[in-house]
Amino acid sequence: MFEDFILILDSTVRLSTPLLLACLAGLYSERSGVVDIGLEGKMLGAAFGAGTVAYLTGNAWIGLLAGIGVSVALGLLHGFASISNRGNQIVSGVAINFLAAGLTALLGQTWFRQGGRTPSLPEGGRFRDVAWPLAEQVREIPIIGPIYAELLSGHNILVYAAFLAVPLTWWVLFRTRFGLRLRAVGESPAAVDTAGISVTWLRYRAVIACGIFCGFAGAYLSIAQGSGFGVNMTAGKGFIALAALIFAKWKPASAMFTCLLFGFLDATAIRMQGQEIPGIGEIPVQFFQALPYILTVVLLAGFIGKAIPPKAAGIPYLKERS
Amino acid sequence: MNETPAIELRRINKSFGPVHANKDIDLVVKKGSIHGIIGENGAGKSTLMSILYGFYHADNGDILVNGEKVTIPDSKAAIGMGIGMVHQHFMLVDNFSVLENVVLGAEDSAMLAGGLARARTELKRLEDEYELRVDPDALIEDLPVGLQQRVEILKALYRSAEVLILDEPTGVLTPAEADHLFKILEVLKNQGKTVLLITHKLREIMAATDMVSVMRRGEMVATRETKNTSMEELAELMVGRSVLLRVDKKPAEPEAPVMEVANLTVTDSRGVQVVKDVSFSVRAGEIVGIAGVSGNGQSELLETLSGIRHATTGTLKINGETIDLGASHLDAADMRAKNMGHVPEDRHRMGLINSFTEYENSILGYHRDPAYSKGLLMDLGAIKKAAVSEIEKYDIRPPNPLLKTANFSGGNQQKIVLAREIERDPEVLLIGQPTRGVDIGAIEFIHRRIVELRDAGKGILLVSVELDEIRALSDRVLVMFDGRIVGERGANAEEGDLGLLMAGVDNNNAAEGGVQ
Repeated sequence: MFEDFILILDSTVRLSTPLLLACLAGLYSERSGVVDIGLEGKMLGAAFGAGTVAYLTGNAWIGLLAGIGVSVALGLLHGFASISNRGNQIVSGVAINFLAAGLTALLGQTWFRQGGRTPSLPEGGRFRDVAWPLAEQVREIPIIGPIYAELLSGHNILVYAAFLAVPLTWWVLFRTRFGLRLRAVGESPAAVDTAGISVTWLRYRAVIACGIFCGFAGAYLSIAQGSGFGVNMTAGKGFIALAALIFAKWKPASAMFTCLLFGFLDATAIRMQGQEIPGIGEIPVQFFQALPYILTVVLLAGFIGKAIPPKAAGIPYLKERS
Repeated sequence: MNETPAIELRRINKSFGPVHANKDIDLVVKKGSIHGIIGENGAGKSTLMSILYGFYHADNGDILVNGEKVTIPDSKAAIGMGIGMVHQHFMLVDNFSVLENVVLGAEDSAMLAGGLARARTELKRLEDEYELRVDPDALIEDLPVGLQQRVEILKALYRSAEVLILDEPTGVLTPAEADHLFKILEVLKNQGKTVLLITHKLREIMAATDMVSVMRRGEMVATRETKNTSMEELAELMVGRSVLLRVDKKPAEPEAPVMEVANLTVTDSRGVQVVKDVSFSVRAGEIVGIAGVSGNGQSELLETLSGIRHATTGTLKINGETIDLGASHLDAADMRAKNMGHVPEDRHRMGLINSFTEYENSILGYHRDPAYSKGLLMDLGAIKKAAVSEIEKYDIRPPNPLLKTANFSGGNQQKIVLAREIERDPEVLLIGQPTRGVDIGAIEFIHRRIVELRDAGKGILLVSVELDEIRALSDRVLVMFDGRIVGERGANAEEGDLGLLMAGVDNNNAAEGGVQ
């Protein structure tokens, strides 16, 4: 029973990593006042870019860089539409989602002729799990042993990066000049502008940060968790990350716990597949898959506290004419 | 005394599209003085100050700071030159602490800790030096507006501003808070700072400034030493007596009242009373003009009577029907149904939808009229026919009902609104600023139409900040000041007499006549 639980937690960590990365990506963007519904598209683009380049070079790190590159490029597109040209941020985000979904499948099929998939990665093209020292030796120690060997040890490096990014993001937001300005521009761009800071450049930097994190998230899917890109492999994770961001009220630590919760639901769903629960019977997988959304809706309806977005989120900044 | 002025502007020009917001502005501001700039809303004061603060760029002209010619490309440059600004709408981040707001944009280094610590000590020092006390850890959203404004002043001082611009600083303050602000400005002056105070309130100029410059319609019309001028003179300068308007009209032959307003009080969203216990009547066949410096409750009065704004208390008698305005929330459609037409003060915001065509605009607000519909659909044929006849009758140019109203000149736009309201044959017509931004030819035409409507036996309530217009058209003049009607005059009221009333100087028998 305990072993089972540890295994569920272990896969919780694996499943919540891409959510967490995407959620932090959205956090940078939305804190600056740029709503990003295109997390999904950027992740997908990054997954494809990483999968392709890692296959061609046989180097996971170069693959990761390629994923980040694709994602940042899509982010800049979003920035160009919504910051420079003050377009509607939702429309731009949706466009990016369509663009990424279509383009990855098309290019994948054209280049590799495997139904849109990228070929399986060679050795070195994929991030391997890192075993912590003495993991095998302590496995047999009750309680601490499995926690160390299964839960903490044995993940790939992107998992650790994702969880380290949480305190890092907190530190950036609340302890640096960039963070102060980032939070300010999402609340009151006019105050930032009159303080002599460029609203445009600040928001572009936020969008780039968002792109970098989405790049990590996408690369995780195709060259760490999986071994190659598959058509539409994000499967809505970008949207769940967005829901998690709202659920976490745009705060880094809450984002981590929310993503772990959503990952846990996902892991439980997989575990419970085909299993009878005494007195209830078999719970459909869809129930667990829907839970993150249900929880978010419940939150938005005001049952669990209140989610107040950054005040200027979604509103293009225009100097007032007196 | 210091000879080099703190700020000198030479022949500054700025246009927004066709609007010439600042025309050849010259201004000299002495070091260590409080210099007031007064003018009505839209006179170009805020634009001028935004140019000085680097928010806008002048089309041409020179700016001199401490005698040196400078260019101010952005606010950062202005701050660097020691110019600080307290905006009318505060530029604060509501969910940040006072400290964070002060530091924003002046953080010292990439890490916050050092800057925050320095700001904390510096705030303490400023507090003592200028008697500006605020809790540095309080969140802005928890502070009353008076304190929020203090934070704005601290922000400027923290950036070592030598010149402080305050744009309509008392608009959001209670009278007590405003008095306190003036005390703070006095302290700043005594510490050698220069203050530029932008306002449209005469009383503030008299109470707080050393020098005053008057702006009118984008021009700087006069600069006076405050102690050598008076409210009356300033009021006259603000309103101007540029063109002497003359309208040929017979004496009015007023009949029974068509509209009677009693004890009307209106409170705005901030909870401030903007119209205070106002009573008057308008009779059939007369034009009643409401004069006043803008911002004294005329706009709110007009909006309330036309159903755009709700009254707190008061009654309206129209068509023999008495309506309790405080209890029954009538909207604009209800008011129109009672045969009341309305030409709003701001045609762009309330009178027209500029991206709609002329014919669509010609039935705005009357679109439910069965004459314009065929079952569920609009009867476009009937609408266009009516529009074409209005175009002919009012000489609207270009005579094209399919053109968007954005493409008409100001005068023709105003004629579209006027035609729409007059042609529905109202018993009472409310008109706000009928000739604002309208060329001289159209002004004459519009004035003639209004007089014709009066001669046809309708009641007209005219609100205008143009004193000449009020005097040329009105058969009776009511003067509003600070939300009240402070006096009533006949058709041939003296300009100086009205100017005094408008300035709130209640000299002689202001209540003569009262409500007729």
